[in-house]
Amino acid sequence: MSADAAVEAHALTRRFGAFTAVDAISFSVAQGEVFGFLGANGAGKTTAIRMLTGLLAPTSGEARVAGRDVYTQAEEVKRRIGYMSQRFSLYEDLTVRENITLYGGIYGLTDREIDERADRLLQTLGFTHAAGDLVRSLPLGWRQKLAFSVAMIHQPEIVFLDEPTGGVDPITRRQFWEMIYAAAAGGTTVFVTTHYMDEAEYCDRVSIMVAGRIAALGTPDELKRRYDAASMDEVFVRLARADEGGAQEAAT
Amino acid sequence: MSAAAPDPSTINAVSVDGVAKRFGSVAALDGISFTVAPGEIFGFIGPDGAGKTTLFRILTTLVVPDAGTARVLGLDVVRDLWALRTRVGYMPGRFSLYPDLSVEENLDFFASVFGTTLKAQYDLIAPIYRQIEPFKERRAGALSGGMKQKLALCCALVHRPEILFLDEPTTGVDAVSRREFWDLLGELRAGGLTIVVSTPYMEEAGRCDRVALIAGGRILDVDAPDAIGARYPLPLLAVRGPRRFELIQALRRHPHARSVYPFGDELHYTDAREAVDPAAVAADVQAYLSAEGFADTVVEPVRAGIEDSFMALMGAPEGAAA
Repeated sequence: MSADAAVEAHALTRRFGAFTAVDAISFSVAQGEVFGFLGANGAGKTTAIRMLTGLLAPTSGEARVAGRDVYTQAEEVKRRIGYMSQRFSLYEDLTVRENITLYGGIYGLTDREIDERADRLLQTLGFTHAAGDLVRSLPLGWRQKLAFSVAMIHQPEIVFLDEPTGGVDPITRRQFWEMIYAAAAGGTTVFVTTHYMDEAEYCDRVSIMVAGRIAALGTPDELKRRYDAASMDEVFVRLARADEGGAQEAAT
Repeated sequence: MSAAAPDPSTINAVSVDGVAKRFGSVAALDGISFTVAPGEIFGFIGPDGAGKTTLFRILTTLVVPDAGTARVLGLDVVRDLWALRTRVGYMPGRFSLYPDLSVEENLDFFASVFGTTLKAQYDLIAPIYRQIEPFKERRAGALSGGMKQKLALCCALVHRPEILFLDEPTTGVDAVSRREFWDLLGELRAGGLTIVVSTPYMEEAGRCDRVALIAGGRILDVDAPDAIGARYPLPLLAVRGPRRFELIQALRRHPHARSVYPFGDELHYTDAREAVDPAAVAADVQAYLSAEGFADTVVEPVRAGIEDSFMALMGAPEGAAA
């Protein structure tokens, strides 16, 4: 395994009973890369992300994130990563600023660091006037931008984004991607999942999981050439259709 | 819209006039009007919070509007709710089946509520049900996302409704399953069913006969998807080239730039000058990019799609950061 990869998986495997959700996947993501992690529902993406973020132990295989073993050095890894889950990332009953303060505290920032970063973050997002608003009252697009910024509050080396743009309006969706580009330009590695195939084109490289395995990995241009496809949507459909049934039906 | 009296054989499947609904200080629907013809697939395209779910709940008699009137199959959604309920099928956005009942038990239950049986309606749902029938003993809660969606569609169809309301049936569903789902809707439409469906995925507009673009509780435009794109008011260019992020910034500095957005492997540049030849604008932008140091870019006029139109009609999103 190379020392300077941001994320590295080697034969990473997870079984649930007789079902193999993630089947010996190996790949690496370079520092500062925007890496798209695609796959059909039930292909094993979420299980893989939970293993890479230290939330789930693998059945076998190895994962290193930020140069550390995710299982033997879990606490060190957690301090170096940010995670924005699709379902839950902010407390709706807290205000915008309270959420920032809470996460800053969890990540061990000092009060002064929290204040400074909260001010800067609110200013960058143009949310200063909404600092005292309950998160519940914010439009979804605002919430997702705030959740991303909060996942970045401790300046992680790698940020994992699980379907960050689902249901978001098309303008905000694009603004979100500009935030991703800006984070990557600042050296943060971005590991992102999406069901929007146009967004797959925005990644430096993408992997496509089918039935627990990585069926394809490369730059969008490479994959389109390899599968003789006009778009990533076509690449995706071709790969996922090749495995009609199996993965999807087995998923729970 | 024609002002002539409607022919009874072509009475609208849905007719909505000035419908408004507020929740506290939020106007979920801000006075919307539209009609759906029988046998149409009519799509509501818009992001979360646009008002789609509130509208669907009003049309399926589950929520009463504050103002305006809504008729479905010629029946008023407030006064005639009992007559209407047996004739509409509704698939809510959130999974609303019984997770502890099996696939078959769920279907039997929904059939019995409407006084029928799964057996009697089998032919209608068979094209969809056959795909999940091998798992009919499985608890609904233990199904994959794609299978849950197919079961929910079967349950919405099992009483043979004349019109089907599907609230974001494809949200969070992968690109392949989404295509399959739309293929199924096409088959149901061919059988004569009227379908009203909502989605946040702009590219799914092409699967509808007509679409309404909805945001902030208002309808921005209603028409056939191609017709909406054809109305795009300004020159639109597709730009392809390396160094995307810098290219976006450079294009935004163009003195006549109205908007610049990434679009798959292209950027879409809208010029602020009206009534100018798009080819001339393309040549101008190409020359500008060369002068800015982007030599190897391709710039050409392109037809606007639904997503271009949607963004132009939306203007700036709320709380847009500079």
